[in-house]
Amino acid sequence: MAAGGDLDLLIGTRWKKPPFIRRAWLRWLLILGTGAYLVAAVASVEVNWARVYEGLERGAAFVAAFGDPDFTSRWQDIRDGMLESVIMTIASTVAGILISIPIGLGAARNIAPLPVYLVCRGIIAISRALQEIIVAILLVAIFGFGPLAGFLTLSFATIGFLSKLLAEDIESMDRVQAEAIRATGASWLQWVNYGVQPQVMPRLVGLSMYRLDINFRESAILGLVGAGGIGATLNTAFDRYEFDTAAAILILIIGTVMALEYISGIIRAKVQ
Amino acid sequence: MAIISLPDGHRTWRRFTPRAQILRWFGYLIGVAVFVWCWNRISEATTWFFVWDAPRIAGDILTRATPPRWSYMEKLWWPIWDTINIATLGTIAALVMAVPVAFMAARNTTPQISVSPVVIRMIPPFLRPVLMTSTGQDSYTIGPIRPIALLIIVSTRSINSLIWALLLIAIIGPGVFAGIVAIAIRSIGFCAKLLYEAIEEIDHGQVEAVTATGGSRWQVMAYGIVPQIMPAFAGIAVFRWDINIRESTVLGLVGAGGIGLQLSSSLNVLAWPQVSLILLVILLAVVISEWVSAKVRGAII
Repeated sequence: MAAGGDLDLLIGTRWKKPPFIRRAWLRWLLILGTGAYLVAAVASVEVNWARVYEGLERGAAFVAAFGDPDFTSRWQDIRDGMLESVIMTIASTVAGILISIPIGLGAARNIAPLPVYLVCRGIIAISRALQEIIVAILLVAIFGFGPLAGFLTLSFATIGFLSKLLAEDIESMDRVQAEAIRATGASWLQWVNYGVQPQVMPRLVGLSMYRLDINFRESAILGLVGAGGIGATLNTAFDRYEFDTAAAILILIIGTVMALEYISGIIRAKVQ
Repeated sequence: MAIISLPDGHRTWRRFTPRAQILRWFGYLIGVAVFVWCWNRISEATTWFFVWDAPRIAGDILTRATPPRWSYMEKLWWPIWDTINIATLGTIAALVMAVPVAFMAARNTTPQISVSPVVIRMIPPFLRPVLMTSTGQDSYTIGPIRPIALLIIVSTRSINSLIWALLLIAIIGPGVFAGIVAIAIRSIGFCAKLLYEAIEEIDHGQVEAVTATGGSRWQVMAYGIVPQIMPAFAGIAVFRWDINIRESTVLGLVGAGGIGLQLSSSLNVLAWPQVSLILLVILLAVVISEWVSAKVRGAII
Protein backbone atom coordinates (compact mmCIF):
# COMPACT_ATOMS: atom_id res chain seq x y z
CA MET A 1 0.00 0.00 0.00
CA ALA A 2 2.71 2.46 0.93
CA ALA A 3 5.93 2.69 -1.03
CA GLY A 4 9.49 3.59 0.00
CA GLY A 5 9.67 6.24 2.75
CA ASP A 6 6.08 5.81 3.86
CA LEU A 7 6.92 2.28 4.88
CA ASP A 8 9.20 3.46 7.71
CA LEU A 9 6.31 5.40 9.21
CA LEU A 10 4.08 2.36 9.08
CA ILE A 11 6.49 -0.06 10.74
CA GLY A 12 5.55 -0.64 14.34
CA THR A 13 2.02 0.75 13.95
CA ARG A 14 -0.87 -1.61 14.08
CA TRP A 15 -2.46 -2.53 10.72
CA LYS A 16 -5.91 -1.18 10.21
CA LYS A 17 -8.45 -2.31 7.69
CA PRO A 18 -8.66 0.30 4.93
CA PRO A 19 -12.09 2.01 4.93
CA PHE A 20 -14.63 1.09 2.24
CA ILE A 21 -14.99 4.73 1.15
CA ARG A 22 -11.62 6.40 1.10
CA ARG A 23 -12.57 10.10 1.17
CA ALA A 24 -13.09 10.89 4.87
CA TRP A 25 -15.57 13.77 4.43
CA LEU A 26 -17.73 11.71 2.05
CA ARG A 27 -17.65 8.78 4.45
CA TRP A 28 -18.75 10.86 7.41
CA LEU A 29 -21.36 12.71 5.36
CA LEU A 30 -22.84 9.39 4.26
CA ILE A 31 -22.77 7.92 7.76
CA LEU A 32 -24.36 10.99 9.39
CA GLY A 33 -26.89 11.44 6.59
CA THR A 34 -27.92 7.80 6.73
CA GLY A 35 -28.19 7.95 10.53
CA ALA A 36 -30.34 11.09 10.45
CA TYR A 37 -32.59 9.64 7.75
CA LEU A 38 -33.02 6.34 9.60
CA VAL A 39 -34.03 8.13 12.82
CA ALA A 40 -36.57 10.27 10.95
CA ALA A 41 -37.90 7.29 8.98
CA VAL A 42 -38.27 4.95 11.93
CA ALA A 43 -39.87 7.71 14.00
CA SER A 44 -42.50 8.35 11.32
CA VAL A 45 -43.59 4.71 11.07
CA GLU A 46 -46.54 4.16 13.34
CA VAL A 47 -46.62 0.63 14.66
CA ASN A 48 -49.53 -0.53 16.74
CA TRP A 49 -47.60 -3.09 18.79
CA ALA A 50 -50.74 -4.30 20.58
CA ARG A 51 -52.25 -5.13 17.17
CA VAL A 52 -49.03 -6.81 16.06
CA TYR A 53 -48.98 -8.86 19.26
CA GLU A 54 -52.58 -9.94 18.68
CA GLY A 55 -51.65 -10.85 15.12
CA LEU A 56 -48.81 -13.14 16.17
CA GLU A 57 -51.38 -15.78 17.03
CA ARG A 58 -52.85 -15.56 13.53
CA GLY A 59 -49.32 -15.65 12.15
CA ALA A 60 -48.66 -18.86 14.02
CA ALA A 61 -51.94 -20.24 12.67
CA PHE A 62 -50.79 -19.40 9.17
CA VAL A 63 -47.41 -21.07 9.63
CA ALA A 64 -49.20 -24.09 11.05
CA ALA A 65 -51.50 -24.08 8.00
CA PHE A 66 -48.46 -24.72 5.81
CA GLY A 67 -48.08 -28.04 7.60
CA ASP A 68 -51.69 -28.90 6.90
CA PRO A 69 -52.75 -27.19 3.66
CA ASP A 70 -56.35 -27.59 2.52
CA PHE A 71 -56.48 -28.39 -1.18
CA THR A 72 -59.91 -29.99 -1.19
CA SER A 73 -62.60 -27.65 0.12
CA ARG A 74 -62.01 -24.96 -2.53
CA TRP A 75 -60.44 -27.26 -5.13
CA GLN A 76 -62.78 -26.10 -7.91
CA ASP A 77 -61.73 -22.45 -7.46
CA ILE A 78 -58.06 -23.29 -7.03
CA ARG A 79 -58.02 -25.45 -10.16
CA ASP A 80 -59.80 -22.86 -12.31
CA GLY A 81 -57.58 -20.08 -11.01
CA MET A 82 -54.33 -21.98 -11.55
CA LEU A 83 -55.42 -23.05 -15.03
CA GLU A 84 -56.26 -19.47 -15.93
CA SER A 85 -52.90 -18.28 -14.57
CA VAL A 86 -51.04 -20.89 -16.62
CA ILE A 87 -53.02 -20.04 -19.77
CA MET A 88 -52.36 -16.32 -19.35
CA THR A 89 -48.67 -17.03 -18.71
CA ILE A 90 -48.16 -19.17 -21.82
CA ALA A 91 -50.21 -17.02 -24.18
CA SER A 92 -48.64 -13.76 -23.02
CA THR A 93 -45.09 -15.13 -23.11
CA VAL A 94 -45.56 -16.39 -26.69
CA ALA A 95 -47.17 -13.14 -27.83
CA GLY A 96 -44.56 -11.11 -25.94
CA ILE A 97 -41.65 -12.97 -27.56
CA LEU A 98 -43.13 -12.62 -31.05
CA ILE A 99 -43.57 -8.87 -30.63
CA SER A 100 -40.25 -8.29 -28.84
CA ILE A 101 -38.15 -9.81 -31.63
CA PRO A 102 -38.88 -7.03 -34.19
CA ILE A 103 -38.74 -4.38 -31.46
CA GLY A 104 -35.47 -5.80 -30.15
CA LEU A 105 -34.01 -5.73 -33.69
CA GLY A 106 -35.18 -2.15 -34.05
CA ALA A 107 -33.69 -1.13 -30.70
CA ALA A 108 -30.19 -2.38 -31.55
CA ARG A 109 -28.17 0.61 -32.71
CA ASN A 110 -25.84 -1.47 -34.90
CA ILE A 111 -28.57 -2.76 -37.22
CA ALA A 112 -31.40 -0.22 -37.04
CA PRO A 113 -31.51 3.30 -38.50
CA LEU A 114 -31.77 6.11 -35.96
CA PRO A 115 -35.54 6.92 -36.27
CA VAL A 116 -36.51 3.24 -35.85
CA TYR A 117 -34.06 2.95 -32.96
CA LEU A 118 -35.60 5.91 -31.12
CA VAL A 119 -39.17 4.66 -31.57
CA CYS A 120 -38.29 1.15 -30.34
CA ARG A 121 -36.30 2.45 -27.37
CA GLY A 122 -39.27 4.66 -26.51
CA ILE A 123 -41.63 1.67 -26.47
CA ILE A 124 -39.18 -0.22 -24.23
CA ALA A 125 -38.83 2.71 -21.83
CA ILE A 126 -42.62 3.08 -21.44
CA SER A 127 -43.12 -0.63 -20.93
CA ARG A 128 -40.39 -0.83 -18.30
CA ALA A 129 -41.45 2.25 -16.36
CA LEU A 130 -45.03 1.09 -15.75
CA GLN A 131 -45.54 -1.70 -13.26
CA GLU A 132 -47.68 -4.67 -14.23
CA ILE A 133 -50.32 -4.02 -11.62
CA ILE A 134 -50.88 -0.41 -12.72
CA VAL A 135 -51.11 -1.43 -16.36
CA ALA A 136 -53.55 -4.13 -15.29
CA ILE A 137 -55.76 -1.59 -13.47
CA LEU A 138 -55.93 0.62 -16.55
CA LEU A 139 -56.55 -2.30 -18.91
CA VAL A 140 -59.28 -3.71 -16.68
CA ALA A 141 -60.94 -0.29 -16.72
CA ILE A 142 -60.72 -0.26 -20.51
CA PHE A 143 -61.34 -3.91 -21.51
CA GLY A 144 -63.42 -5.12 -18.58
CA PHE A 145 -62.70 -7.86 -16.06
CA GLY A 146 -61.16 -11.15 -17.14
CA PRO A 147 -58.01 -12.82 -18.40
CA LEU A 148 -57.80 -10.71 -21.57
CA ALA A 149 -56.65 -7.71 -19.49
CA GLY A 150 -54.13 -9.95 -17.73
CA PHE A 151 -52.90 -11.37 -21.03
CA LEU A 152 -52.38 -7.89 -22.47
CA THR A 153 -50.65 -6.67 -19.31
CA LEU A 154 -48.16 -9.53 -19.24
CA SER A 155 -47.49 -9.29 -22.98
CA PHE A 156 -46.81 -5.58 -22.62
CA ALA A 157 -44.42 -6.17 -19.71
CA THR A 158 -42.68 -9.00 -21.59
CA ILE A 159 -42.00 -6.69 -24.54
CA GLY A 160 -40.10 -4.19 -22.40
CA PHE A 161 -38.04 -6.88 -20.69
CA LEU A 162 -37.14 -9.09 -23.66
CA SER A 163 -36.63 -6.38 -26.28
CA LYS A 164 -34.20 -4.49 -24.08
CA LEU A 165 -32.06 -7.52 -23.29
CA LEU A 166 -32.27 -8.81 -26.87
CA ALA A 167 -31.19 -5.42 -28.22
CA GLU A 168 -28.24 -5.31 -25.82
CA ASP A 169 -27.26 -8.80 -26.91
CA ILE A 170 -27.42 -7.86 -30.59
CA GLU A 171 -25.37 -4.72 -29.93
CA SER A 172 -22.59 -6.80 -28.37
CA MET A 173 -22.59 -9.55 -31.00
CA ASP A 174 -19.56 -10.59 -33.04
CA ARG A 175 -19.51 -8.33 -36.11
CA VAL A 176 -17.24 -10.64 -38.10
CA GLN A 177 -19.80 -13.42 -38.47
CA ALA A 178 -22.49 -10.98 -39.54
CA GLU A 179 -20.13 -9.38 -42.04
CA ALA A 180 -19.22 -12.76 -43.51
CA ILE A 181 -22.88 -13.42 -44.28
CA ARG A 182 -23.28 -9.96 -45.79
CA ALA A 183 -20.19 -10.55 -47.98
CA THR A 184 -21.94 -13.51 -49.63
CA GLY A 185 -24.51 -11.08 -50.99
CA ALA A 186 -27.29 -11.93 -48.57
CA SER A 187 -30.44 -9.85 -48.38
CA TRP A 188 -31.27 -8.05 -45.12
CA LEU A 189 -33.60 -10.86 -44.00
CA GLN A 190 -31.04 -13.56 -44.83
CA TRP A 191 -28.42 -11.51 -43.04
CA VAL A 192 -30.52 -11.35 -39.86
CA ASN A 193 -31.52 -15.01 -40.17
CA TYR A 194 -28.03 -16.45 -40.75
CA GLY A 195 -25.68 -13.78 -39.36
CA VAL A 196 -27.44 -12.39 -36.31
CA GLN A 197 -30.02 -14.92 -35.16
CA PRO A 198 -27.67 -17.87 -34.47
CA GLN A 199 -25.53 -15.62 -32.26
CA VAL A 200 -28.34 -14.38 -30.04
CA MET A 201 -30.58 -17.46 -30.08
CA PRO A 202 -29.17 -19.27 -27.00
CA ARG A 203 -29.55 -16.19 -24.86
CA LEU A 204 -33.00 -15.45 -26.26
CA VAL A 205 -34.16 -18.94 -25.32
CA GLY A 206 -32.73 -18.55 -21.82
CA LEU A 207 -34.33 -15.15 -21.34
CA SER A 208 -37.68 -16.38 -22.66
CA MET A 209 -37.69 -19.21 -20.14
CA TYR A 210 -36.83 -16.73 -17.40
CA ARG A 211 -39.64 -14.45 -18.52
CA LEU A 212 -42.09 -17.38 -18.52
CA ASP A 213 -41.16 -17.83 -14.88
CA ILE A 214 -41.67 -14.12 -14.10
CA ASN A 215 -44.97 -14.01 -15.98
CA PHE A 216 -46.31 -16.89 -13.94
CA ARG A 217 -45.37 -15.17 -10.70
CA GLU A 218 -46.94 -11.90 -11.88
CA SER A 219 -50.09 -13.67 -13.08
CA ALA A 220 -50.65 -14.71 -9.48
CA ILE A 221 -51.27 -11.09 -8.43
CA LEU A 222 -53.20 -9.78 -11.43
CA GLY A 223 -56.34 -11.36 -9.99
CA LEU A 224 -56.23 -8.80 -7.16
CA VAL A 225 -57.39 -6.11 -9.58
CA GLY A 226 -59.70 -8.37 -11.57
CA ALA A 227 -57.37 -9.28 -14.42
CA GLY A 228 -57.82 -13.05 -14.10
CA GLY A 229 -55.74 -15.83 -12.58
CA ILE A 230 -55.23 -17.37 -9.16
CA GLY A 231 -54.90 -13.98 -7.39
CA ALA A 232 -58.64 -13.53 -6.94
CA THR A 233 -58.97 -16.89 -5.19
CA LEU A 234 -55.96 -16.14 -3.01
CA ASN A 235 -57.34 -12.73 -2.07
CA THR A 236 -60.67 -14.26 -1.08
CA ALA A 237 -58.91 -16.90 1.02
CA PHE A 238 -56.98 -14.20 2.92
CA ASP A 239 -60.08 -12.03 3.38
CA ARG A 240 -61.93 -14.94 4.95
CA TYR A 241 -58.92 -15.91 7.08
CA GLU A 242 -58.94 -19.34 5.42
CA PHE A 243 -55.21 -19.74 5.95
CA ASP A 244 -55.17 -23.44 5.05
CA THR A 245 -56.58 -22.73 1.59
CA ALA A 246 -54.21 -19.78 1.17
CA ALA A 247 -51.30 -22.02 2.19
CA ALA A 248 -52.38 -24.60 -0.40
CA ILE A 249 -52.41 -21.94 -3.14
CA LEU A 250 -49.02 -20.57 -2.08
CA ILE A 251 -47.54 -24.07 -2.06
CA LEU A 252 -48.86 -24.60 -5.59
CA ILE A 253 -47.33 -21.30 -6.73
CA ILE A 254 -43.95 -22.04 -5.12
CA GLY A 255 -43.99 -25.58 -6.52
CA THR A 256 -44.76 -24.36 -10.04
CA VAL A 257 -42.03 -21.72 -9.89
CA MET A 258 -39.52 -24.31 -8.65
CA ALA A 259 -40.51 -26.72 -11.43
CA LEU A 260 -40.21 -23.94 -14.02
CA GLU A 261 -36.77 -22.97 -12.72
CA TYR A 262 -35.66 -26.60 -12.86
CA ILE A 263 -36.92 -27.06 -16.43
CA SER A 264 -35.46 -23.76 -17.59
CA GLY A 265 -32.12 -24.74 -16.08
CA ILE A 266 -32.11 -27.93 -18.16
CA ILE A 267 -33.17 -26.11 -21.34
CA ARG A 268 -30.59 -23.36 -20.84
CA ALA A 269 -27.84 -25.95 -20.32
CA LYS A 270 -28.94 -27.66 -23.58
CA VAL A 271 -28.94 -24.60 -25.83
CA GLN A 272 -25.68 -23.11 -24.58
CA MET B 1 -25.35 -27.66 -40.84
CA ALA B 2 -25.63 -30.08 -43.70
CA ILE B 3 -24.88 -30.57 -47.36
CA ILE B 4 -27.80 -32.35 -48.99
CA SER B 5 -28.37 -33.67 -52.52
CA LEU B 6 -31.32 -32.27 -54.42
CA PRO B 7 -33.44 -34.59 -56.66
CA ASP B 8 -31.79 -33.14 -59.82
CA GLY B 9 -28.36 -34.23 -58.60
CA HIS B 10 -27.04 -30.87 -57.40
CA ARG B 11 -25.65 -30.62 -53.91
CA THR B 12 -26.59 -27.64 -51.78
CA TRP B 13 -26.05 -26.23 -48.28
CA ARG B 14 -28.84 -26.09 -45.73
CA ARG B 15 -28.65 -24.91 -42.15
CA PHE B 16 -30.40 -27.99 -40.80
CA THR B 17 -30.52 -31.61 -41.86
CA PRO B 18 -33.93 -32.76 -43.17
CA ARG B 19 -34.48 -34.66 -39.93
CA ALA B 20 -33.72 -31.63 -37.77
CA GLN B 21 -35.92 -29.52 -40.05
CA ILE B 22 -38.91 -31.84 -39.57
CA LEU B 23 -38.37 -31.93 -35.82
CA ARG B 24 -38.25 -28.15 -35.73
CA TRP B 25 -41.46 -27.79 -37.70
CA PHE B 26 -43.13 -30.30 -35.44
CA GLY B 27 -42.00 -28.28 -32.42
CA TYR B 28 -43.41 -25.11 -33.95
CA LEU B 29 -46.67 -26.93 -34.70
CA ILE B 30 -47.08 -27.95 -31.07
CA GLY B 31 -46.21 -24.42 -29.98
CA VAL B 32 -48.85 -22.91 -32.25
CA ALA B 33 -51.45 -25.46 -31.14
CA VAL B 34 -50.82 -24.68 -27.46
CA PHE B 35 -51.00 -20.97 -28.11
CA VAL B 36 -54.26 -21.27 -30.06
CA TRP B 37 -55.80 -23.37 -27.30
CA CYS B 38 -54.75 -20.83 -24.66
CA TRP B 39 -56.07 -17.99 -26.77
CA ASN B 40 -59.43 -19.75 -27.18
CA ARG B 41 -59.73 -20.15 -23.43
CA ILE B 42 -58.97 -16.47 -22.88
CA SER B 43 -61.38 -15.51 -25.64
CA GLU B 44 -64.17 -17.59 -24.07
CA ALA B 45 -63.75 -15.76 -20.78
CA THR B 46 -63.86 -12.35 -22.43
CA THR B 47 -66.89 -10.17 -23.02
CA TRP B 48 -66.06 -9.10 -26.54
CA PHE B 49 -68.67 -6.34 -26.53
CA PHE B 50 -66.56 -4.45 -23.98
CA VAL B 51 -63.44 -4.99 -26.03
CA TRP B 52 -65.01 -3.53 -29.20
CA ASP B 53 -66.14 -0.63 -27.06
CA ALA B 54 -62.63 -0.19 -25.60
CA PRO B 55 -61.34 2.65 -27.83
CA ARG B 56 -64.29 4.83 -26.83
CA ILE B 57 -63.81 4.01 -23.12
CA ALA B 58 -60.08 4.69 -23.36
CA GLY B 59 -60.74 8.06 -24.98
CA ASP B 60 -63.34 8.82 -22.35
CA ILE B 61 -60.94 8.03 -19.47
CA LEU B 62 -58.22 10.09 -21.12
CA THR B 63 -60.44 13.17 -21.40
CA ARG B 64 -61.58 12.75 -17.80
CA ALA B 65 -58.01 12.30 -16.55
CA THR B 66 -56.57 15.42 -18.18
CA PRO B 67 -55.47 17.78 -16.89
CA PRO B 68 -54.18 16.22 -13.64
CA ARG B 69 -55.48 17.88 -10.48
CA TRP B 70 -52.24 19.56 -9.42
CA SER B 71 -53.69 20.92 -6.17
CA TYR B 72 -54.02 17.33 -4.91
CA MET B 73 -50.23 17.27 -4.67
CA GLU B 74 -50.25 18.70 -1.13
CA LYS B 75 -51.99 15.55 0.08
CA LEU B 76 -49.37 13.36 -1.57
CA TRP B 77 -46.16 14.50 0.16
CA TRP B 78 -46.72 12.37 3.25
CA PRO B 79 -47.59 9.19 1.28
CA ILE B 80 -44.48 9.77 -0.85
CA TRP B 81 -42.34 9.93 2.31
CA ASP B 82 -44.04 6.72 3.53
CA THR B 83 -43.37 5.01 0.21
CA ILE B 84 -39.66 5.87 0.33
CA ASN B 85 -39.49 4.63 3.92
CA ILE B 86 -41.18 1.34 3.06
CA ALA B 87 -38.65 0.73 0.29
CA THR B 88 -35.57 1.82 2.25
CA LEU B 89 -36.32 0.25 5.63
CA GLY B 90 -37.59 -2.88 3.87
CA THR B 91 -34.37 -3.16 1.88
CA ILE B 92 -32.22 -2.71 5.00
CA ALA B 93 -34.17 -5.36 6.92
CA ALA B 94 -33.97 -7.70 3.93
CA LEU B 95 -30.19 -7.30 3.68
CA VAL B 96 -29.76 -8.06 7.39
CA MET B 97 -31.68 -11.30 6.92
CA ALA B 98 -30.19 -12.14 3.51
CA VAL B 99 -26.53 -12.14 4.63
CA PRO B 100 -26.71 -15.26 6.87
CA VAL B 101 -28.92 -17.01 4.31
CA ALA B 102 -26.38 -16.26 1.56
CA PHE B 103 -23.47 -17.60 3.65
CA MET B 104 -25.47 -20.76 4.32
CA ALA B 105 -26.29 -21.16 0.63
CA ALA B 106 -22.83 -20.55 -0.85
CA ARG B 107 -21.00 -23.82 -1.48
CA ASN B 108 -17.72 -22.53 -0.08
CA THR B 109 -19.03 -21.08 3.18
CA THR B 110 -21.92 -23.34 4.16
CA PRO B 111 -21.19 -25.69 7.07
CA GLN B 112 -20.18 -28.97 5.49
CA ILE B 113 -19.21 -32.51 6.41
CA SER B 114 -17.09 -34.89 4.38
CA VAL B 115 -18.67 -38.20 3.54
CA SER B 116 -17.65 -41.32 1.71
CA PRO B 117 -18.81 -42.08 -1.86
CA VAL B 118 -21.21 -44.67 -0.43
CA VAL B 119 -23.33 -41.92 1.11
CA ILE B 120 -23.26 -39.93 -2.13
CA ARG B 121 -24.66 -42.90 -4.03
CA MET B 122 -27.60 -42.98 -1.63
CA ILE B 123 -28.62 -39.39 -2.50
CA PRO B 124 -31.05 -39.22 -5.43
CA PRO B 125 -29.35 -37.66 -8.51
CA PHE B 126 -31.68 -34.63 -8.71
CA LEU B 127 -30.81 -33.71 -5.10
CA ARG B 128 -27.06 -33.94 -5.61
CA PRO B 129 -26.54 -30.44 -7.09
CA VAL B 130 -28.43 -29.03 -4.10
CA LEU B 131 -26.68 -31.00 -1.39
CA MET B 132 -23.13 -31.62 -2.57
CA THR B 133 -20.64 -28.81 -2.07
CA SER B 134 -17.46 -30.28 -3.53
CA THR B 135 -16.24 -33.35 -5.34
CA GLY B 136 -12.69 -34.61 -5.22
CA GLN B 137 -11.06 -37.87 -6.24
CA ASP B 138 -12.33 -39.78 -3.26
CA SER B 139 -13.47 -37.04 -0.88
CA TYR B 140 -16.94 -35.58 -1.11
CA THR B 141 -18.55 -32.96 1.08
CA ILE B 142 -22.20 -32.24 1.59
CA GLY B 143 -23.80 -29.19 3.17
CA PRO B 144 -26.78 -30.27 5.25
CA ILE B 145 -28.06 -26.69 5.80
CA ARG B 146 -27.76 -25.63 2.16
CA PRO B 147 -31.16 -27.02 1.02
CA ILE B 148 -32.91 -25.04 3.77
CA ALA B 149 -31.20 -21.83 2.67
CA LEU B 150 -32.12 -22.54 -0.96
CA LEU B 151 -35.72 -23.20 0.05
CA ILE B 152 -35.88 -19.85 1.85
CA ILE B 153 -34.48 -18.18 -1.26
CA VAL B 154 -36.89 -19.78 -3.71
CA SER B 155 -40.00 -19.42 -1.57
CA THR B 156 -39.50 -15.75 -0.69
CA ARG B 157 -38.59 -14.95 -4.27
CA SER B 158 -41.48 -16.72 -5.94
CA ILE B 159 -44.20 -14.91 -4.01
CA ASN B 160 -44.92 -11.34 -5.07
CA SER B 161 -44.67 -8.55 -2.50
CA LEU B 162 -48.37 -7.78 -2.97
CA ILE B 163 -49.20 -11.30 -1.80
CA TRP B 164 -46.84 -10.97 1.14
CA ALA B 165 -48.58 -7.66 1.93
CA LEU B 166 -52.02 -9.33 1.78
CA LEU B 167 -50.82 -12.01 4.16
CA LEU B 168 -49.20 -9.57 6.58
CA ILE B 169 -52.25 -7.31 6.61
CA ALA B 170 -54.32 -10.31 7.60
CA ILE B 171 -51.83 -11.01 10.39
CA ILE B 172 -50.64 -7.64 11.74
CA GLY B 173 -53.20 -5.25 10.32
CA PRO B 174 -52.99 -2.62 7.56
CA GLY B 175 -50.39 0.12 7.56
CA VAL B 176 -46.85 1.09 6.68
CA PHE B 177 -45.34 -1.54 8.97
CA ALA B 178 -47.00 -4.38 7.03
CA GLY B 179 -45.57 -2.86 3.87
CA ILE B 180 -42.05 -2.73 5.29
CA VAL B 181 -42.21 -6.37 6.40
CA ALA B 182 -43.69 -7.45 3.06
CA ILE B 183 -40.91 -5.73 1.11
CA ALA B 184 -38.30 -7.15 3.50
CA ILE B 185 -39.46 -10.75 3.18
CA ARG B 186 -39.89 -10.54 -0.57
CA SER B 187 -36.36 -9.16 -1.02
CA ILE B 188 -34.55 -11.81 1.05
CA GLY B 189 -34.50 -14.37 -1.75
CA PHE B 190 -33.37 -11.93 -4.42
CA CYS B 191 -30.54 -10.44 -2.31
CA ALA B 192 -29.41 -13.79 -0.90
CA LYS B 193 -29.31 -15.40 -4.35
CA LEU B 194 -27.14 -12.69 -5.91
CA LEU B 195 -24.99 -12.50 -2.79
CA TYR B 196 -24.32 -16.23 -2.57
CA GLU B 197 -23.36 -16.29 -6.23
CA ALA B 198 -20.88 -13.49 -5.47
CA ILE B 199 -19.52 -15.45 -2.50
CA GLU B 200 -19.02 -18.54 -4.65
CA GLU B 201 -17.02 -16.51 -7.17
CA ILE B 202 -14.48 -15.08 -4.70
CA ASP B 203 -10.74 -15.52 -5.14
CA HIS B 204 -9.79 -18.44 -2.95
CA GLY B 205 -6.17 -17.30 -2.60
CA GLN B 206 -7.07 -14.39 -0.35
CA VAL B 207 -9.06 -16.65 1.95
CA GLU B 208 -6.13 -19.04 2.14
CA ALA B 209 -3.72 -16.19 2.90
CA VAL B 210 -5.76 -15.07 5.91
CA THR B 211 -6.13 -18.67 7.04
CA ALA B 212 -2.35 -19.11 6.79
CA THR B 213 -1.77 -16.23 9.22
CA GLY B 214 -3.71 -18.24 11.80
CA GLY B 215 -7.00 -16.37 11.50
CA SER B 216 -10.02 -17.87 13.16
CA ARG B 217 -13.14 -18.82 11.18
CA TRP B 218 -14.69 -15.39 11.85
CA GLN B 219 -11.49 -13.53 11.06
CA VAL B 220 -11.23 -15.38 7.76
CA MET B 221 -14.75 -14.29 7.02
CA ALA B 222 -14.17 -10.66 8.03
CA TYR B 223 -10.81 -10.17 6.30
CA GLY B 224 -10.76 -12.81 3.56
CA ILE B 225 -14.33 -12.95 2.28
CA VAL B 226 -16.21 -9.79 3.25
CA PRO B 227 -13.87 -7.28 1.51
CA GLN B 228 -14.18 -9.30 -1.69
CA ILE B 229 -17.98 -9.31 -1.74
CA MET B 230 -18.43 -5.74 -0.46
CA PRO B 231 -18.76 -4.11 -3.93
CA ALA B 232 -21.23 -6.80 -5.00
CA PHE B 233 -23.16 -6.31 -1.77
CA ALA B 234 -23.44 -2.54 -2.25
CA GLY B 235 -24.50 -3.06 -5.86
CA ILE B 236 -27.18 -5.58 -4.87
CA ALA B 237 -28.46 -3.28 -2.12
CA VAL B 238 -28.93 -0.33 -4.46
CA PHE B 239 -30.38 -2.51 -7.23
CA ARG B 240 -32.95 -4.01 -4.88
CA TRP B 241 -33.76 -0.59 -3.41
CA ASP B 242 -34.61 0.60 -6.91
CA ILE B 243 -36.94 -2.38 -7.45
CA ASN B 244 -38.46 -1.87 -4.00
CA ILE B 245 -39.32 1.78 -4.74
CA ARG B 246 -41.34 0.47 -7.70
CA GLU B 247 -43.03 -2.21 -5.65
CA SER B 248 -43.79 0.00 -2.65
CA THR B 249 -45.67 2.48 -4.83
CA VAL B 250 -48.36 -0.14 -5.45
CA LEU B 251 -48.42 -1.87 -2.05
CA GLY B 252 -51.12 0.57 -0.93
CA LEU B 253 -53.57 -1.05 -3.36
CA VAL B 254 -54.02 -3.82 -0.81
CA GLY B 255 -53.77 -1.44 2.19
CA ALA B 256 -50.09 -1.62 3.09
CA GLY B 257 -49.39 2.12 3.14
CA GLY B 258 -47.67 4.50 0.77
CA ILE B 259 -48.91 6.33 -2.27
CA GLY B 260 -50.82 3.27 -3.53
CA LEU B 261 -53.38 3.96 -0.79
CA GLN B 262 -54.20 7.29 -2.42
CA LEU B 263 -54.27 5.62 -5.83
CA SER B 264 -56.68 3.02 -4.61
CA SER B 265 -59.05 5.51 -2.98
CA SER B 266 -58.95 7.80 -6.02
CA LEU B 267 -59.76 4.83 -8.29
CA ASN B 268 -62.63 3.81 -6.04
CA VAL B 269 -64.33 7.19 -6.41
CA LEU B 270 -63.34 7.41 -10.10
CA ALA B 271 -61.41 10.63 -9.49
CA TRP B 272 -59.46 10.32 -12.74
CA PRO B 273 -57.62 13.70 -12.50
CA GLN B 274 -56.18 12.51 -9.16
CA VAL B 275 -55.33 9.11 -10.64
CA SER B 276 -53.38 10.68 -13.47
CA LEU B 277 -51.47 12.91 -11.03
CA ILE B 278 -50.57 9.91 -8.85
CA LEU B 279 -49.47 7.90 -11.89
CA LEU B 280 -47.24 10.79 -12.95
CA VAL B 281 -45.70 10.91 -9.45
CA ILE B 282 -45.10 7.14 -9.50
CA LEU B 283 -43.55 7.33 -12.96
CA LEU B 284 -41.26 10.14 -11.78
CA ALA B 285 -40.29 8.18 -8.64
CA VAL B 286 -39.44 5.13 -10.73
CA VAL B 287 -37.34 7.12 -13.18
CA ILE B 288 -35.47 8.95 -10.38
CA SER B 289 -34.77 5.79 -8.40
CA GLU B 290 -33.52 4.03 -11.52
CA TRP B 291 -31.25 6.98 -12.26
CA VAL B 292 -29.91 7.05 -8.69
CA SER B 293 -29.31 3.31 -8.69
CA ALA B 294 -27.51 3.41 -12.05
CA LYS B 295 -25.29 6.29 -10.83
CA VAL B 296 -24.40 4.58 -7.56
CA ARG B 297 -23.73 1.23 -9.21
CA GLY B 298 -21.58 2.99 -11.80
CA ALA B 299 -19.56 4.60 -9.01
CA ILE B 300 -19.06 1.30 -7.16
CA ILE B 301 -18.23 -1.06 -9.98
